[in-house]
Amino acid sequence: MKKMTKLGAGIGALALSFSVSLAQAAETIKVGVLHSLSGTMAISETTLKDTVLMLIEEQNKQGGLLGKKLEPVVVDPASNWPLFAEKARELLEKEKVDVVFGCWTSVSRKSVLPVFEELNGLLFYPVQYEGEESSKNVFYTGAAPNQQAIPAVDYLMNEVGVKRWVLAGTDYVYPRTTNKILEAYLKDKGVAASDIMINYTPFGHSDWQSIVSDVKKFGSAGKKTAVVSTINGDANVPFYKELGNQGISAEDIPVVAFSVGEEELSGLDTGPLVGHLAAWNYFMSVDAEINEQFIEAWKSFIKDEDRVTNDPMEAHYIGFNMWVDAVEKAGTTDTDAVAEAIIGVTVPNLSGGFATMMPNHHITKPVLIGEIQDDGQFETVWQTAGTVVGDAWSNFLPGSKDITADWMPPLSCGNYNVKTNKCSGQNY
Amino acid sequence: MSTHDVSPSLKTFSTPNIYLVFSLLLAFFSMAPVATAEESPLLVPTLEKLKKANFNTRKQIVGELEALPDARVTLILENMLEGRLYYERKGTDFVSLDKVDGVYVAVSLLSDQVSEDVKKRAYKKISVNNALRRTLRESLASLQLRSPDLDTRLAAARDLLKSKDKDNIALIDKALASELDSSAQNLLSVAKAMLLARHGSEQERLEAISRLEGELYPEVRSLLSGFLIVDGDGTPIESSAPVRQAAEQALASIEDLITLNKGLENIYFGISLGAVLLLAAVGLAITFGVMGVINMAHGEMIMLGAYTTFVIQQLMPNHIDYSLFVAIPAAFLVAAVVGMLIERGVIRFLYGRPLETLLATFGISLILQQAVRTIFSPLNQSVSTPSWMSGSLEINGALSLTYNRLYIIIFSILVLFALAVLLKKTFFGLQMRAVTQNRRMASSMGIRTGWLDALTFGLGSGIAGIAGVALSQLTNVGPNLGQAYIIDSFMVVVFGGVGNLLGTFVGAMSLGIANKFLEPFAGAVLAKILVLIFIILYIQKYPRGMFALKGRAAEE
Amino acid sequence: MVKLGPITRFIMQDKAGRNMLLVLLAVAVLVPTLNLALSEGSLLHVPTYMVTLLGKYLCYALLALAVDLIWGYCGILSLGHGAFFALGGYAMGMYLMRQIGERGVYGHPELPDFMVFLNWQELPWYWYGFDNFFFAMLMVGLVPGLLAFTFGWLAFRSRVTGVYLSIITQALTYALMLAFFRNEMGFGGNNGLTDFKDLLGFSLQADSTRAGLFVASCLALTIGYLVSRWIVTSKLGRVLVSIRDAEARTRFLGYRVDKFKLFVFVVSAVLAGIAGALYVPQVGIINPGEFSPINSIEIIVWVALGGRGTLYGAVIGAVLVNYAKSYFTAEFPELWLFFLGALFVISTLFLPNGVVGVVEQVKQLTIRNRRGKATDAVVPPPEPAGGQDRTAEESAENKPAKANLTTTTN
Repeated sequence: MKKMTKLGAGIGALALSFSVSLAQAAETIKVGVLHSLSGTMAISETTLKDTVLMLIEEQNKQGGLLGKKLEPVVVDPASNWPLFAEKARELLEKEKVDVVFGCWTSVSRKSVLPVFEELNGLLFYPVQYEGEESSKNVFYTGAAPNQQAIPAVDYLMNEVGVKRWVLAGTDYVYPRTTNKILEAYLKDKGVAASDIMINYTPFGHSDWQSIVSDVKKFGSAGKKTAVVSTINGDANVPFYKELGNQGISAEDIPVVAFSVGEEELSGLDTGPLVGHLAAWNYFMSVDAEINEQFIEAWKSFIKDEDRVTNDPMEAHYIGFNMWVDAVEKAGTTDTDAVAEAIIGVTVPNLSGGFATMMPNHHITKPVLIGEIQDDGQFETVWQTAGTVVGDAWSNFLPGSKDITADWMPPLSCGNYNVKTNKCSGQNY
Repeated sequence: MSTHDVSPSLKTFSTPNIYLVFSLLLAFFSMAPVATAEESPLLVPTLEKLKKANFNTRKQIVGELEALPDARVTLILENMLEGRLYYERKGTDFVSLDKVDGVYVAVSLLSDQVSEDVKKRAYKKISVNNALRRTLRESLASLQLRSPDLDTRLAAARDLLKSKDKDNIALIDKALASELDSSAQNLLSVAKAMLLARHGSEQERLEAISRLEGELYPEVRSLLSGFLIVDGDGTPIESSAPVRQAAEQALASIEDLITLNKGLENIYFGISLGAVLLLAAVGLAITFGVMGVINMAHGEMIMLGAYTTFVIQQLMPNHIDYSLFVAIPAAFLVAAVVGMLIERGVIRFLYGRPLETLLATFGISLILQQAVRTIFSPLNQSVSTPSWMSGSLEINGALSLTYNRLYIIIFSILVLFALAVLLKKTFFGLQMRAVTQNRRMASSMGIRTGWLDALTFGLGSGIAGIAGVALSQLTNVGPNLGQAYIIDSFMVVVFGGVGNLLGTFVGAMSLGIANKFLEPFAGAVLAKILVLIFIILYIQKYPRGMFALKGRAAEE
Repeated sequence: MVKLGPITRFIMQDKAGRNMLLVLLAVAVLVPTLNLALSEGSLLHVPTYMVTLLGKYLCYALLALAVDLIWGYCGILSLGHGAFFALGGYAMGMYLMRQIGERGVYGHPELPDFMVFLNWQELPWYWYGFDNFFFAMLMVGLVPGLLAFTFGWLAFRSRVTGVYLSIITQALTYALMLAFFRNEMGFGGNNGLTDFKDLLGFSLQADSTRAGLFVASCLALTIGYLVSRWIVTSKLGRVLVSIRDAEARTRFLGYRVDKFKLFVFVVSAVLAGIAGALYVPQVGIINPGEFSPINSIEIIVWVALGGRGTLYGAVIGAVLVNYAKSYFTAEFPELWLFFLGALFVISTLFLPNGVVGVVEQVKQLTIRNRRGKATDAVVPPPEPAGGQDRTAEESAENKPAKANLTTTTN
């Protein structure tokens, strides 16, 4: 039965996209959706595509935007990075979309970045990432490292009393950067190099026996130990399974993850994971009226009572509403006008607070630390007092210490070196 | 609380969480004899305090609860530990709230009253965090040391190794006095020694440390190395020099044993990786090795098997422990039927053109992946691990064999053995070999070659389906599952020697072990690269793999 | 009649190929002109994204040509040709990275951004020289060529054939993919090389540079085609075909089979490398995903679909499949894999000789109809060279296949 409704939803969505493309005659505002629907990233990105479709549908129910209907243009970059660039070009040049919501991995963003800058498009990027970037044409609605990693480490250090650290990650740029930032941060706080173990594994790594066994050994050296995990995507399931089976419980060696959310947990038997942690800016379990409305809307849109919501979905929710506000403020969908109008725009987030678009194209977010529960949800055990401003350039990396981003005049630069007073790395 | 309450509560708890039912059952039985006597008037006021408390205060309250002479405490603490302890928002009751068949059921922990189909919002959870969970476990451990069930006592004693509470020494002494089982005695005495090493007089500490020599539990190692930690300016945190010396000595003896055990563990890891490779590859050894079809859809057959497991578990949510026994034949059938359809529909037109089977099966693999994505969504599906497959078999404190891998090793060998028997000892096997060796001759001897091709391909696919059941216990069940194993499977079959089951076995095991022995030095990625390079060079030297077929048939 | 030179002659003899080259020439002239000369509102205007898209197809076509040269004419089924393509691409990418110079995010004069980011203090030795265009171009051919030479020398000498060879080429590209994913390798890890600025001083974002790259791709494909054509029509080509059809017999006739195979394998790898080098500036990124074994299988699919053993068929197949992919991923994002998968299955079942084979059949049928029943007996092939390939191809259909089956059975 469940399967049938899912199938029905799929067919319905398909019919919708057909009917939408037929109704092109009237003037519309086109919204590009650039998320992989096939290939390895489909698992995460399909949900985000649906989220954008839902937000568009709701906006249209409220009468659209500037008196026009919004029209989604969905393409499939198929988890293929060069194809991302090609599809971005297609969206901007052929479909002439006014805004694009899309990308998940850093490499896909890097791949489309030159295209957006060249063709002056707008991209809302909804995933937590490594920072070290601020483009004129991109708005980063996910967390920068200082909005996720550093508060999580603070929590473990101060509240749990962790003294020994395993930084485990998948070998790509986000974990590399995050771990570098964390390593610098920990050493700053007086942690000895011998108390930090760094480990990288390839994408989709499935045999964790040796590494978990090493972690176990590393953790029995008389100091409270925690694992900070930037392990990505599919590799998490076998990792957690191995942890459970080798008898490492959250009470002994807690794992705090930055890439494991409700959706990843829904593919897991969470029994053995209870108590492991995650740091995000939103949990589905957050107790707020607006969150319940969003969850309800999502469940009825996707026609599945068991579907969960997660942090990147909230990021799209915030980004979409910010864009709508900015377009209304500017009175046009023109890229430059919207980019100017959006700075300072404040919209409600889903955890009962507000998010503001900062001049560095990052947003303000609260940081929540949650423990995994039996039912695949997180229980918030700690959160920042207010919101944290996303920092595009980390202060803990030697290369980017002196760099700042500010897209407001007079600076209007995403990569401004305050020492040399030079604006570098800009294509336009 | 009396025994007759057991059955209704049990019924309401018939959820997938067998463990919970089990532990509840235990709790009921263990409490039953004393139940009628002990009820403390302080229980409710103490519980009330939990409502407003933060995590740290809750820790103290748990201590108070533990001390109460009330039989209901164990169950309350257990529910709290499991995250099921709720209280009425508008009321005074404390309940265990759980979702059963889609509706919430609340069982009062004060009066055993069961209310079905309640609104979850009417209750609020007493949330717990890791620190609190640890305290709870310790408290429960001290209560459970008296349990009549040996496993519960062992688990409780194991939990006590984590204790730092001096008061537990007396408790352990009491338990030791009545304990008859030797392994439980040993665990308890280790726990006691650990507590003494922390809290005793210098003499006691030294004795305790020497008692701990050779104990391989990570907690022991952690405790002893804790004595050797120096703080920022080089002064040791532990002030007593003899203790430090004794700890160092004990630690040295432990380290030696751990190194030995690490080596053994590595071999186990290698064999288990080999078993996974073997399972993934053995179906391919039939479709590719015996039939010569370059079956790119092999991985998707594995995926189908894993999804079958998922569906079976959805169909029997209350019997997860038996689900795999149903899933194995089901997965075999599903994958075999799909395989036979593929053979009859596509591959049979391509015999004699093996390279084109590559293209067609590649297309089929894309279709199957997308079909799964459409039907089940692109998300990973959650496949539960039966309780008998979780956890590990503890040989000693430093060496434990994870059950899931252990069963998979055994299972892979059983599958291989059954397959070998099928091929060598049955009439079907005979016919199959006849057809693959000389199709025309076999045909003129009256064998229905077409039918046999379909069966053979179905067999290979079915075995891949079985592999999917096993892999669902180790890794993601998602549309990309098959992709992750297809290349490794081909490597194993080719390395072992095409068309040779023994070769597949030896190939899988040697690649698995080699990988695991390279990993500590080279890291996971480099180890894999080195293994691949080794395969390439090996094939250059021995172009027909490890177990090349000899004789006339192999010549051209 | 005018006496024909050798090159003109073999172009004239190859009717289908000649037509293809003519189309290519027309495209090479028309597309950039219509892109640059006409304004955006014009009906005939070719948008820039179309130019890069077509440029990408041409690179794939050259890659398919390289694969067809060894698979269609020498029976070497390489499941790792994506590796040579990617290596060529990386060589070009390294040149483009060095061209960024101080314009990188961190403004380091020498190190690419990702190295600054990973705290590398100096440029690794294997990056030296790549700031020079000619050195980089040399490497585009040399690196894939050398790898192919070493690999081929080992493999062909010990007579690794058929499926075994296919699987170890797959292992090769898989190993390279894992290696390039490692950040320690110094090639940018998963992100690969990106954010290119200019090529020989021309901005990569300028339409004129794009048009230039497009013309260069047309040119490379033309030259690649002529070289391949020359190889397969020469005496060497005949030996290759005989190796494909009966390797042992050719060896017994006294030919050094391994040398012939090695030669054509290296040529093919170099062509693939050049294709990669042209591909990278047009799509703007090179990353380890290009090494993925699935990509290499896809190349085989292009060739098979177009028509194995006909060089122009490979080109047609590559363009066709990739066009289908671009179209389907935009129009039917949820369903395109069904279409693509079905396309592969149906084409292998019903078009054993690819699209080109169907066209050929239709042509022969019409010729037969035109000539009536009187001359029904023998239908001369449309042109000598192509016809010979065709028949050789047909006999090959069963031959290596059968050999394979017997090796894999018992």
